[in-house]
Amino acid sequence: MSVRVGVVVFPGTNCEHDTVAALERAGASAALVWHTAESLEGFDAVVLPGGFAHGDYLRPGAIARFSPVMGAVARFAAAGGPVIGICNGFQVLTEAGLLPGALVKNRGLRFVCMPVDVRVESGSSALTAGVAPGTVLRIPVNHFSGSYVCDDRTLRDLWDWGGVVLRYVENPNGSVDDIAGVANAEGNVVGLMPHPERASDTLLGSVDGLVLLRALVATAAGVRAA
Amino acid sequence: MTPPQHLHTALGLSDEELSRIVGVLGREPNMLELSLFGVMWSEHCSYKSSRAHLRRLPTEGDRVLVGPGENAGVVDAGDGIAVALRIESHNHPSAIEPHEGAATGVGGIIRDIFTMGARPLALMDPLFFGPPDDARQRWLLEGVVSGISAYGNSVGVPTVGGELTFDPCYAGNPLVNVLCLGALPKDRLVLARASGDGNLVVLLGAATGRDGIGGVSVLASAGFTGGESDSAKRPNVQVGDPFEEKRLIEACLALLDAGLVVALQDLGGAGLACATSEVAARGGVGIDLDVAAVPRREPGMAAWEVMTSESQERMLAVVAPAAWPAVRALCSQWEVTATVVGTVTEDRDGRGSLRIFERGELVGEVPASSLAEGAPVYERPMQAPPDLEERQADDPTPTEVRGDCRAELQSLMVDPGWVFRQYDHELFLNTVLGPGGDAALLRLAGPGLPPSERGVAVTTDSAPRWCAVDPRRGVALLVAEGIANLACVGARPAAVVNCLNFGNPEHPEVMWQFSETVDGLAEACRAFGLPVIGGNVSFYNESTGVDIPPTPVLGLLGLVERLRERPPPPAFFSGASVLLLGERRARGAIGHPLAGSRWSVECRGRRGGVLPPLDAEAHLRVCGLVASMVAETLAGGARLVGGVHDVSGGGLAVALAEMAVAGGVGVRVAGIEGHEELFTELPSRLLVASDRPAEVCARADAAGVEAHVIGVAEGGDVRVEGLVDVSVEALRTSAGAALGGRLEPV
Repeated sequence: MSVRVGVVVFPGTNCEHDTVAALERAGASAALVWHTAESLEGFDAVVLPGGFAHGDYLRPGAIARFSPVMGAVARFAAAGGPVIGICNGFQVLTEAGLLPGALVKNRGLRFVCMPVDVRVESGSSALTAGVAPGTVLRIPVNHFSGSYVCDDRTLRDLWDWGGVVLRYVENPNGSVDDIAGVANAEGNVVGLMPHPERASDTLLGSVDGLVLLRALVATAAGVRAA
Repeated sequence: MTPPQHLHTALGLSDEELSRIVGVLGREPNMLELSLFGVMWSEHCSYKSSRAHLRRLPTEGDRVLVGPGENAGVVDAGDGIAVALRIESHNHPSAIEPHEGAATGVGGIIRDIFTMGARPLALMDPLFFGPPDDARQRWLLEGVVSGISAYGNSVGVPTVGGELTFDPCYAGNPLVNVLCLGALPKDRLVLARASGDGNLVVLLGAATGRDGIGGVSVLASAGFTGGESDSAKRPNVQVGDPFEEKRLIEACLALLDAGLVVALQDLGGAGLACATSEVAARGGVGIDLDVAAVPRREPGMAAWEVMTSESQERMLAVVAPAAWPAVRALCSQWEVTATVVGTVTEDRDGRGSLRIFERGELVGEVPASSLAEGAPVYERPMQAPPDLEERQADDPTPTEVRGDCRAELQSLMVDPGWVFRQYDHELFLNTVLGPGGDAALLRLAGPGLPPSERGVAVTTDSAPRWCAVDPRRGVALLVAEGIANLACVGARPAAVVNCLNFGNPEHPEVMWQFSETVDGLAEACRAFGLPVIGGNVSFYNESTGVDIPPTPVLGLLGLVERLRERPPPPAFFSGASVLLLGERRARGAIGHPLAGSRWSVECRGRRGGVLPPLDAEAHLRVCGLVASMVAETLAGGARLVGGVHDVSGGGLAVALAEMAVAGGVGVRVAGIEGHEELFTELPSRLLVASDRPAEVCARADAAGVEAHVIGVAEGGDVRVEGLVDVSVEALRTSAGAALGGRLEPV
């Protein structure tokens, strides 16, 4: 049986269908999970997709972290399950304290939607397992609040535990150390601003996102087998 | 309450219109009733100046499922999928408050699309401002773009294209048009027609406040004076909430999927007054409405305020009583407020009354159809401009030009990336070609649609510089340009929508421009076999008594049967032969006319002359040839064409330069006769880059199309023998500086 991925939908989420389609291309089976769900039983991995959960009111992710499903996400992560936050999902994970740091408004104070090159820095996270560090992937970003910030100590810790997972080749938003994606110390919770689901079909111009999503599927299969 | 004297004038109604209302009612209207007529008989809602003309447009076609008159036009795209399309203006709100004005324009057009049962899948935004070296114009541009970005991105509908025009004539009255495309399983199509005695009238979405009262009459149906009274209109601008709209989209589509609603109607201009009267009039029934039941955002609102408020993110549904509990439950899941505000009534007196109650008391009663369809139809006086002959005689074509054309070419290069990088243009994973190309090319796919390998292409086109010279031929050339744009992405045209932006219809010259435009559009659409499936008219685009030039904006929908591979980009590749398809010179006295061209207007300030002629059959031949070669590539077949672009604004010069910049490869061209041939916007010509030129020529020959190999793509410079020699890098810099140099970086 293929790996089962739960894709969490908050009111205002909008990348859920795209994420399901891309995960299926990567070999998983995926299902939508409404934000009021209190259990993630039966899933091998969880993805918080992009969008504007609860309208991004107050600030991105600030309300979503209180949705009932987030308790289940925290338990799932604590048990070692792979949890990925894409764009708005990354913002939710930082607000929920499942990832360190925060995402603030872009340096240019404008929304930015364009393809960027990101370099894989660590091949040990749930999203990059088996991907050679140094690999450059072309994946679109699409955000207003994508500038990653954290204090100096956190930044040192991130580097120490291999938590800097992806870095921009050309920084589009002012993120510290050009950071595009980070992982927790265990490597099973990963957040990234680029949208791998948008680079999953040759018809749309790039399949580099599938490199990450396939790594996630492989990680989830490994966790289940263990 | 008896209305004070002259209230009708303040509401935008003439003395004759008041007499007509008294005739309809058989008595004097009270203040509430007069307010309803004020908004519904406004130019914006009633099309009273344009209706007599619009009847001349062809609206029928084999694929047309819904034509003009509903919330959006709908076309059968095959495989059980229908495509809904609409275009609208939000000019005056955006001029007063650019961010909210543009944002609510996006919100409004999206509601029109999902009202038909279609999921909104793509937006396009044609924008017109004064030159960006002026601070106020930059404020307008930045505000409009941020409004579209904030609303469109958040509500979850990608913005896949648009247009950007700068001309001093829009400095006092910018134009903000917005097109939305949606798709639906054909059997989910709903029409906004109330029926069923005793069925419930349910209001969905946001609470009603005092925002936007009189937006259609005070704001949209009067010009700007250029004084303080313009900014005093700011309270008439609505405020948008994309999160509310996102939930409304999901709730409404879920209600339709579950078969829980009889009819659905959005609330836009003129709010409840418009939604209730239109849905009742279309269904030939009446509605009893209790204004006290309408959820309010603020206390103390009078009935007329509730009825005419343009508060955003609201929908009206007609629901059978038995379905109401299920409707309420589904709306609750999406956190959408649903409130019963009235009931459908049988047509007791033969005229379908809209009766308005407030806590049990009847406070207003008018025949619904008199509001929705009863406005007077004006045959306003028309007159050709007195200096028409003089302007036509002022042809810029014979202008002497010495030296090279490099600086002029560089001045015509514009990279709109600053705008479209602020728009999510990729959501739904459908965007095969997004903003910046000739047309957007999308997979025809979306949540809830049956699987299909078809594609849709959309383009918006405008050229006020053509239409100012000759509105009739100008709009015909626009239709032609749209078809050429679609051909570049391998699509065959299927339907047209139009947004007709004009000045004050009480000026006879404006009505002449309008009538000529309608005739030109009708003639071109007939010649090309294209139905017009919807439109919008925006009059009163004037400032300090000066009308904008006639500015029709067309949206063309094209269809692709098999979309498996990427289309050739509008770019050169190294080593390619560069071919010009189509006739190289006009048949007539002037081989390479420059009238109405960007070169004449922007480089020389010359706005007169006679536009190039259009040969519809020749145009269809060359576009059909390109469309079929590209479509073969899309379907996974031969790749005869490696790059393609239509020759349009800025002529051959700009087309060559844009393909060079896009491909990062220069080009060497010989045999161009002079600056006239370089900059003419003669229609029906396309540029193709190919590594199989002999085969392209053979195909052209078989199709009866002229093909000329004019050069080869190579090196780092654009060189047109004797005319232009400039590096690709310099062109790229000029294009980027056109906007980026004046605006904060993204």
